[in-house]
Amino acid sequence: MNLDNLYREIIMEHYKNPRNKGLLDDERYHKIRIKNPSCGDDITIQTLVEDDIIKDCRQEATGCSISVASASVLTEIMIGKPVEEALSLAENFLNMVSNKEFNHDMDLEEAEVFSGVKQFPARIKCASIAWVAFKDSLESE
Amino acid sequence: MNEKIFNDFPQLKSGMIYFDTAATSLKPLSVIEAVNHYNKDLSSNINRGMYDKGIETTELYEETRVKIAHFINAKSEEIIFTRGATSSLNLVAYSWGLNNLDKDSEIIISEQEHHSQFLPWQFVSKKTGAKIKFIELDRFGRITVEAFKKTLTSKTKVVAINYVSNVLGYVNPIKEITELAHEVGAIVVIDGAQAVQHLKVDLKSLNIDFFAFSGHKMLGPTGIGVLYGKSSHLKVMQPFEYGGDMNEDVEKDISTWKKAPQKFEAGTMPIGSVIGLGKAVDYIENLGIENIDEYTKKLSRYLCDELLKLEGVTVYNPYSDSGVITYNLNGIPAHDAISYYAEKKIAIRSGQHCAKLIHDFLGIHSSLRATVYLYNTLDEVNTFIEVTKKAIEYFKEIGF
Ligand SMILES: Cc1ncc(COP(=O)(O)O)c(C=O)c1O
Repeated sequence: MNLDNLYREIIMEHYKNPRNKGLLDDERYHKIRIKNPSCGDDITIQTLVEDDIIKDCRQEATGCSISVASASVLTEIMIGKPVEEALSLAENFLNMVSNKEFNHDMDLEEAEVFSGVKQFPARIKCASIAWVAFKDSLESE
Repeated sequence: MNEKIFNDFPQLKSGMIYFDTAATSLKPLSVIEAVNHYNKDLSSNINRGMYDKGIETTELYEETRVKIAHFINAKSEEIIFTRGATSSLNLVAYSWGLNNLDKDSEIIISEQEHHSQFLPWQFVSKKTGAKIKFIELDRFGRITVEAFKKTLTSKTKVVAINYVSNVLGYVNPIKEITELAHEVGAIVVIDGAQAVQHLKVDLKSLNIDFFAFSGHKMLGPTGIGVLYGKSSHLKVMQPFEYGGDMNEDVEKDISTWKKAPQKFEAGTMPIGSVIGLGKAVDYIENLGIENIDEYTKKLSRYLCDELLKLEGVTVYNPYSDSGVITYNLNGIPAHDAISYYAEKKIAIRSGQHCAKLIHDFLGIHSSLRATVYLYNTLDEVNTFIEVTKKAIEYFKEIGF
């Protein structure tokens, strides 16, 4: 069925075992929380930047499988990336899931599994929330 | 449902199962045609044009006011047209609330409220210092007269609650509550957005002060709603919006306003929608609101009972009094579940339904809501139940 394009195995795996979960009480981190009142998603992303490198990225997410898995995948991909590269990856991811023009040559690594989201306009927001919060956390530097 | 009703609602031809009437109802052809007639043939403003079409437009517009007044047993000068229930409730909060409350006042509200009732009063509370008090709901989320009595004090100035809950479907005891509220001199503001399509509303007998509802949840067009206000209040209240048509005399230093309801209808109104709303009232009255309610309740009772038989479903309002059934598939976030229904061409709603506080009360982040109405059928409910069973299996299989 069509929904199988959405619920890929990797997504379910991240949903059940989210990575880098739990926030730290550490002032060096920047934290952004986004709630989606229409569906009840509540996502917080925390980033630690040192020398223009993302040293750490943590998440706390409640909501649907897509939003929780997307937060988890995000943190795994971003740790260790230079800020500039991270921002352009996030931008590209957001374009991919919302069915806009995006750079197919850029390696989105595991986040490629969210490419099916664009077929489900009602779920674009679910996949995007963590990535928007991530961008905001870097821009609040 | 008979063939005639099916043919009256062109939206049904797509084959979609529409179980989302609490969000907005389908629109019958008679309503669509009335709106089209205005746009296509009349397209004039009201109270202005001294030509035939202008006069016909004004007549049709005012005819709806009379129909609405009759529909809820009120006087036509007590009927104000607004953009919808939200805008009606804001009108009361701004125009009555801000001018009559202070830090010694208390506002009684409930966790059942739609944000369009709660947020305007929260705003008024912040502005005036009036205190908001919540009625303690019973364990099923119901408002009882007993619990209401416990929140009522001599300081209560406003009681702002809904007639029928958009999440739990309960019919609240507003007549008893109004009597008690009036004993301490409080006004009663009722959100009737989920009531008018189900219940015979008799405002003379209910004796409440303000009553708000939307056209689009009772077969009418969007962009049009109603605020009923007791004449004695409307007479002394300040306008909410200022502009054309609501004024009497305009001078550089001071201006005066028309009488209610015109005082509260500033600028050009959604005229086509008002005319369409008149046809929606006709449609409901032709079928008989008691018949609609009986049919809807039977259907939602059946839907609820069938859901309760399924393993892996939690129903939050097994005692719903209306067409609204709210539930979750255990262990499956509502937003995931909804995608399955959407794929099977069933329109229900997921999320918080603009009522976060009741979700906090229930201890959940979100829920699924199915609403049935006069154009839904037993066959559709059976399909819905089959799809629900398959959804549970599907999500289990992929690892939820
Ligand atoms: C109980 C209740 N009150 C108020 C509203 C607000 O209606 P509208 O959005 O038409 O202003 C709704 C609709 O969502 C509702 O269900």
